[in-house]
Amino acid sequence: MPNEGIPPTGLPKARTGIEGLDEITAGGLPAGRPTLVCGAAGCGKTMLAIEFLVRGATEFGEPGVFMMFEVEAERAHVRGQLDFVHIERSEIEETGEYDLEGLFVRLGYAIDMIGAKRVVLDTLEALFSGLPNERILRAELRRLFRWLKERGVTAVITAERGEKSLTRYGLEEYVADCVILLDHRVGGNVSTRRLRVVKYRGSAHGTNEYPFMIGEHGLSVLPITSLKLDHAASTERVLSGIDRLDEMLGGKGVYRGSSVHVSGPPGSGKSSVGATFVDAACRRGERALMFVYEESASQLLRNMESIGLRLQRWIDRGLLRIEASRPTFYGLEQHLTLMYAAVGDFRPALVVVDPMSNLSADHDDGLLKATLMRLIDFLKHERITAICTNLTTDAVVSLATSEIGVSSLMDTWLLLANLESNGERTRTIQVLKSRGMAHSNRVREFVMADDGIRLLDVCIADGRILTGSARVAHLQRLAAEAERPAKSGRGARSAS
Amino acid sequence: MKAVEPEGERAPTSGQRGMAEFQLRLYVAGKTAKSQLALKNLRRLCETHLAGRYEIEVIDLLVTPKLAAGDQILAVPTLVRKLPEPIKKIIGDLSNEERVLVGLDVQRLRKNDLGG
Repeated sequence: MPNEGIPPTGLPKARTGIEGLDEITAGGLPAGRPTLVCGAAGCGKTMLAIEFLVRGATEFGEPGVFMMFEVEAERAHVRGQLDFVHIERSEIEETGEYDLEGLFVRLGYAIDMIGAKRVVLDTLEALFSGLPNERILRAELRRLFRWLKERGVTAVITAERGEKSLTRYGLEEYVADCVILLDHRVGGNVSTRRLRVVKYRGSAHGTNEYPFMIGEHGLSVLPITSLKLDHAASTERVLSGIDRLDEMLGGKGVYRGSSVHVSGPPGSGKSSVGATFVDAACRRGERALMFVYEESASQLLRNMESIGLRLQRWIDRGLLRIEASRPTFYGLEQHLTLMYAAVGDFRPALVVVDPMSNLSADHDDGLLKATLMRLIDFLKHERITAICTNLTTDAVVSLATSEIGVSSLMDTWLLLANLESNGERTRTIQVLKSRGMAHSNRVREFVMADDGIRLLDVCIADGRILTGSARVAHLQRLAAEAERPAKSGRGARSAS
Repeated sequence: MKAVEPEGERAPTSGQRGMAEFQLRLYVAGKTAKSQLALKNLRRLCETHLAGRYEIEVIDLLVTPKLAAGDQILAVPTLVRKLPEPIKKIIGDLSNEERVLVGLDVQRLRKNDLGG
């Protein structure tokens, strides 16, 4: 996995507390200096600024001043140390020289009142529409940024994206320390937000465009290349609920908190494997959370009933929660936001995403991989076992290539396949990989019976696996041979 | 809101405080050249056109910074016409007398007075 570890630098930083942003800026915004956050309307500038202030005050003990410049008398509903600067062009007459000392006085007064360490000016550019003399305004803005530095406050200044420059009025000219660009793009009817650190003087920073989302708990930037692989690995094992599958996995099942990838073509039993994991977890008294994107909850319950998995009782006991939604209903960021929220709320021991490949239908794969990586990382941190199913095409050749590239993130990969021979189709399962444990390399036939998934005895003859009726015929032949006095076994054997 | 008046800038021709027809408030930040000029321009203008009908209150934001928010002051000097309503604002050193009079609506009001 790429790990673009950004080394911390000597420059003092003010942590934003915004998930992911501190990672790509190697510790936060430049402390005691102004940072420019620019982007088009509705891209989340103000949200970022507010979160920077609120987290500063609540998490880092740095009080903040929020100064909002508004042309219209529209009020944002935010609590905190606020100052609204109302700008009314029509009422202002201009005669002769002036400066913006009034603004400095107000800001200075607000800072002194609470001993502020952080300041947000949102959106300073509104001044351009209120004050006709651009020459004076520019000179004063230059003085303002210098003044902010002298005061030693960490400031965030928001600005509208310009057509040719980063900001409409070229504010980036004055704020030379750190510039963050936000973007809100729509592709395939789905919107994604992205963040890029355009410039950060004196500090290394991630240079990529990072997807971010705005959820219930604020912003979350997904730094795909700077994930820290520092979660503690559990040695505890959890059983899958399929006895012989657990045997294939060294007899003890998968590690708690590991991620299990179940891939296969349509009808190969992915959902059933996932549901079996869920049933096993609930039997142990653990909570399980299922995200399903193809079936409604009741349809899933009914279908699993047919293989003897009575999941309704776990719901009744509060051990199981099923979140069903159409993948196209939300953008990827909302899906993930909902997932985070549901996981945080329900605190499950096991999470099933069925199928995660469906989430990618409308999204470009890079973003999906990044967000799934984030999700898996999050689940690992929380020591939650993740079962992710993935729909593949029927052709076994496309095994590794058709994946959405997340298989390398997965600890255990169960590959399901439909094997067709003798005019019939049988289901097989194999453990393609399972990190950190001895595991069987056999391809096993399995059936979905009334009482659940069952792996059958391995039956190999003449160097190939026998399944379905061929296996039955072979076993009958073996039985017939066994009745006769000992003859040589024709190279066939049977093992469990 | 009680405003301070560091130098007793009330025009001598005005009557009791708060009674004059034109209630003017000049916001400055310290005794800068700009603020001195603005005050000088304002006094001259008022004596010429509004003699006996005005009252000037000077607010130094360096002394009372919290008063800046009330009248939404950003630029200094800013002249605020509190009365007659509506509130009017003029920013700058008031060097253009014609524009100040327009901004204060002095000429129109005077014409109305004469006409009525």
